[in-house]
Amino acid sequence: MNWIEIFRSGISTGTVLLIAAIGEILTERSGIQNLGVEGMMLVGAMAGFKIAYQTGNVWLGLLAAIAAGGLLSLAHAVVTIHFQADQTVSGLSLTFLGTGLALVLGEGLTGQVAPIIPRASVPLLSQIPYLGQVVFSDHNLLVYFGYLLVPITWYYINKTRPGLHLRAVGENPAAADTLGVNIYRTRYLYTFVGGCFAGLAGAAISVAIAPGWYSNLTVNGQGWIAVALVIFAHWNPWRAALGGYLFGVLRRFTLDLQGPRMLFGLANPFFFNTNLVFFLQMTPYLLTIIALVWGSSAARKKRIGSPAALGTAYQRGERGR
Amino acid sequence: MTFSEKPNAVPAVEMQEITLRFPGVLANDRVNFTMYPGEIHALLGENGAGKSTLMNALTGLYKPQSGEIRIHGKKVSFNSPKDAIAHGIGMVHQHFMLVENQTVTENILIGLDTPRFGLNLKKYDDEVSHLAEQFGIHIDPTARIWQLSVGEQQRVEILKILYRGADILIMDEPTAVLAPQEADELMDTLKEMAAQGKAIAFISHKLAEVKQVADKLTVLRRGRATAERVDLQEYTRESLASLMVGREVIFNLHKCEQEPGREILRLEAVCALNNKNLPALRDVDLSLHEGEIFGIAGVAGNGQSELVEVITGLRECSGNVWLEGKNIANKPPSFSISQGLAHIPEDRIGVGTAPNLSLTGNIIMKRYDQEPVSQKWQLNYVAADALAGNLKDEYDIQAPSVQTQARKLSGGNLQKLILARELSSTPRLIVAMQPTRGLDIGAIEGVRQLLLRQRELGTAILLVSEDLDELLSLSDRIAVMYEGHVVGVLCSGDFDITNIGLMMTGTLPQDLPPEQEAPKDPAPGSASAFDEVLDHVKDYEQIEQAIPPAGQPVIITEEELPPAEDPDAGLSEKERVLRKVLGKKYAEGDEE
Repeated sequence: MNWIEIFRSGISTGTVLLIAAIGEILTERSGIQNLGVEGMMLVGAMAGFKIAYQTGNVWLGLLAAIAAGGLLSLAHAVVTIHFQADQTVSGLSLTFLGTGLALVLGEGLTGQVAPIIPRASVPLLSQIPYLGQVVFSDHNLLVYFGYLLVPITWYYINKTRPGLHLRAVGENPAAADTLGVNIYRTRYLYTFVGGCFAGLAGAAISVAIAPGWYSNLTVNGQGWIAVALVIFAHWNPWRAALGGYLFGVLRRFTLDLQGPRMLFGLANPFFFNTNLVFFLQMTPYLLTIIALVWGSSAARKKRIGSPAALGTAYQRGERGR
Repeated sequence: MTFSEKPNAVPAVEMQEITLRFPGVLANDRVNFTMYPGEIHALLGENGAGKSTLMNALTGLYKPQSGEIRIHGKKVSFNSPKDAIAHGIGMVHQHFMLVENQTVTENILIGLDTPRFGLNLKKYDDEVSHLAEQFGIHIDPTARIWQLSVGEQQRVEILKILYRGADILIMDEPTAVLAPQEADELMDTLKEMAAQGKAIAFISHKLAEVKQVADKLTVLRRGRATAERVDLQEYTRESLASLMVGREVIFNLHKCEQEPGREILRLEAVCALNNKNLPALRDVDLSLHEGEIFGIAGVAGNGQSELVEVITGLRECSGNVWLEGKNIANKPPSFSISQGLAHIPEDRIGVGTAPNLSLTGNIIMKRYDQEPVSQKWQLNYVAADALAGNLKDEYDIQAPSVQTQARKLSGGNLQKLILARELSSTPRLIVAMQPTRGLDIGAIEGVRQLLLRQRELGTAILLVSEDLDELLSLSDRIAVMYEGHVVGVLCSGDFDITNIGLMMTGTLPQDLPPEQEAPKDPAPGSASAFDEVLDHVKDYEQIEQAIPPAGQPVIITEEELPPAEDPDAGLSEKERVLRKVLGKKYAEGDEE
């Protein structure tokens, strides 16, 4: 097995999860839960691929993907913030809506070839043995964007004034309201931003990391993994990066495990028994569950957890909890 | 006289003919409210009288349908809290508006225009400390809110307002959540702020503290002002209460003389751990009789909650809890309930009711398995609604219908709902914890009368309360708890607030100062040891009386006192301890 290749591709595929998860972190930190990430990613993947294919310009495709994800998220914002509907139901509907839209509008794109985001190496850093090869050499540009996104989001949330307001709105909207923070505007903004990131994550699949349009198999459940990742990450971008890359590596590792005839000097059971492969494919998801259970109990002890007002609509002067 | 009375001073706040209507409710009906700088102005009224609504109109949260607001003489119209903040108005809400997992400084900075982008918390930490010192407030600006006590959290709220340069402060029932000593500290802070020229509106329904702190008074009842900007001296406690409630309020409840009957509850060597797995109850022995109210006094957190939980079957314990001859220790609550136990819990929303269920749902919680509510394998909702309807009338629960969700009830009505459920099951033993906390005068009176009625019916009542007045007026006997021990039990004739206060600090003979000749080796908690305490208390009460009050004779009004004088100066060490425990109100005695 080529370990460097496993880690390299793990970081690539992890970038998709990372971008989507960071978008969802921003949305949830404002108190809005958007379970429609899968739908928004699919719409983003379709829009990105379609525009890149039709115009021949991949950057226009990327912009289209961001806009498409953002627009779709506004539907969720209107329903949950303005009309104060249940966020879970609205988010689930958004997934169906997004999936349907993407499949209809993506009709005829299957098998086409569109331009993709270029690759690059970082000078000097890519010369570092092993690490340079894995992290800094010949990656898609969006992978580097992911590296930058993590510290920037963390700084934004924890160390800036808009970040302070974002946290306050998600934790105690009534408190923020009495101090003159506009709850509705804040929540609209971050729901939209979360949608933009989900759209970008979708395009990161279709025009960058695994190019092509394969209808709903393009995203293939990664939106849901991103949602779970947010919980695993305790709404912290650093942990989201860790989880995203780890998950990417695991997915690639389980693929590579099926290749060789011999493993550690023994006959490889996954090569000879195809049924066992199903179990192998389960492991990343199984690990997700284990990580979630372990992560949430650790979080309770340290008193970090979901934003206190997550999933609740805000209305002035309402009585009761 | 306060300097607000200077002839051409401009009022800090002038609200004229304010009318505020919500769907179906007239919350404020042509109310006037005027306040001058340097004045503490009490706004008195029952829950739902429209006090908070009026003040929320001043903070820009609600917009009045008619009426005028002038701030420092200028007419204003607020569209959001931000406008009010810009005019120097800040409010400390009853339920704190704080973000639990942010630091003190972060909470203070929310909503401000500076810092522009990067927070640079260190610089602002220093600013906050500096501001706090200026008003004699002690706080660590880097602490997270959840690490702070309730009193400290309130100080953060005050700092939040001061940091915005507010000169008009609104305190919404600030003492409701505070322990007595914390309330005293708050009063000092408020007086300090008034002395520095701030105008302070003080919303309350507690008469004693209003008399203690306020200069002027406005009383609201059902949205209308029954007294506007009057001097406090002109009113007695009784006349204020009737202005609030609209009828005579009985302060001294009639308690009939009766002999306690046979024993109902007996605790033998009960020990239990608290939530942190530390000992909370240590060898508690108690005995309750028919027709007796047995009070439990103590500073919060000395084992009272655990005691209640042990008796009601919510906490594991060692030892025996006998309820009419049956051991209910470590038995499920359903067993104790079947033996005639009623529980009025401290937490009305979390433990006492299911907030999202209807009145009916909450009423039948203890009798869903009994006729006529239970019919074979299903619930008879017609019968359940009828039962709930009857109890709603009997206990005067103010709600649109029995289908109303419990969370929509006010605190007093919620407590009536719990009482209706618990008392209608003809209990043998009632365990009541803080049954009147946070309720207004009318509701408190109602709850106390219901408890006394149960006493007359021969029910045994265990009453845990932090309100010593309540314990003294209701109880037949009072046990004082300190660090999980029952320090002593006093009978009705021997009640003395000073003794109880000493016992609440855990004072036993071996802790007394050496110049008092203590017995060589007294058994802790024994009768003789306790007598020693009483003697010492008498001694130093006499000393207190012998020293004439400093300065002028008889009554000293607030204004004539030199402002910077330490109120605790010239007091003995023990007196200070007592004040800390009981609050000044008790240590100074009730002058009214």
